[in-house]
Amino acid sequence: MIVLFGVFLLSLMVITALAIVRTQHLFVAVILTGIFSLLMAANFFLLDAADVALTEAAIGAGISTVLFLSALALTGEHESVRSSNRILALSVVAVTTLIVIYATFDKPRFGDPLAPVHQHVSPWYLETTPEAIDIPNVVTAVLASFRGYDTLGEVFVVFTAGIGVLFLFGARPPRNSGSPGTRAAEQGLGLRHYLIPRVVGRLLIPFILLFGFYVQFHGDYGPGGGFQAGAIIAAAVILYALLEGEAQALRVIPHKLLIGLMAGGALLYGGVGVASLLLGGNFLDYSVLAADPVAGQHRGILLIEAGVGITVTGVLLSVFHAFAGRRRR
Amino acid sequence: MALFLDIASWALLSIGGVFVFIGGVGALRMPNLYTRIHAASLTDTMGAVLIIAGVILQAGASLAAIKLAAILLFLLLTSPTASNALASAALLAGLRPDGAVTSLEEPQE
Repeated sequence: MIVLFGVFLLSLMVITALAIVRTQHLFVAVILTGIFSLLMAANFFLLDAADVALTEAAIGAGISTVLFLSALALTGEHESVRSSNRILALSVVAVTTLIVIYATFDKPRFGDPLAPVHQHVSPWYLETTPEAIDIPNVVTAVLASFRGYDTLGEVFVVFTAGIGVLFLFGARPPRNSGSPGTRAAEQGLGLRHYLIPRVVGRLLIPFILLFGFYVQFHGDYGPGGGFQAGAIIAAAVILYALLEGEAQALRVIPHKLLIGLMAGGALLYGGVGVASLLLGGNFLDYSVLAADPVAGQHRGILLIEAGVGITVTGVLLSVFHAFAGRRRR
Repeated sequence: MALFLDIASWALLSIGGVFVFIGGVGALRMPNLYTRIHAASLTDTMGAVLIIAGVILQAGASLAAIKLAAILLFLLLTSPTASNALASAALLAGLRPDGAVTSLEEPQE
């Protein structure tokens, strides 16, 4: 039954991907990429990867769609027709596809317990987590503690991406000058005239924020963690910006605070590593953070997940404001 | 009792599936955007209510049921709102409903 569902979802994904390639209308393409991500999330969930599914749904289907749309607002809605060599591109794609299909013949069967990936470190993670870290969600244990270096790298990748976007758009905060008339026009941005979306949106924002914090702090026990929570909290603030206008959202969380969040989260993560060095352990070895090693692990994971969440929120909001604020200059 | 719950939940799930299917057919076959939104949103809301009610019956009195009820409440709020936003965006973009004699923006004429 699960295989049937998987085949169904994967075929839908192929159809969506073809539609994305075929369409000339970029708005349609963006919405289709959102649908693609949602299908991907359902697929991950089918494979019991709830954490990845949550990330894909929050970031792929949610935030990136909004970011793409705000980028589209700066450019055109239609793809420019290029008269490049299509035969060459098509043959490259065809050859790559054939190679990838050929490579899948060597893969183990779906769900095979003897697959190499289940023989290497996975059993060790599953055995060690209950005694060494003692949290139910092994994914969080692997992500935050066993593979803390990798996650540190990911946080710095996110941080670097945020810096890159801010540099591309000119890192200075949006200008506050301008005649009173344009100020009033700025304040009128957003969905202020649309009663129903505004009322419902304002009703939902606190609950979205609450859910974001639940995902953040419940990550040790269920699917979730800093990446997902950061995306959900950023989504709540972006919803506020869409309802009340981007300038109003920038008044609630000013530009400087966003920059601080971006750097602060990555700094917190690195700081936990340095603190564990100073307390006599290895870099990112949380066992020394408390008298009891297991309690130390809990404290370390809580702190670095908070660091991840803070950085992701800051970067996503900064990127959103970089796109949305560009229009007003 | 368990059998009765099973039958009820399967009935709810099936009727919900039928509603979603009708919505899909309507979204494909209706002549213009507004009728398509109408077909998709109404049946989708009803379908979501029935399907989640069916799944709640399967879940029984547990934490999962409360979470599903929260999702149901969320969908009941957001799904009609999204339809409303979509329709008003279409109206704002200049798409007039077929056979509309008066429009919202020119009530005097």
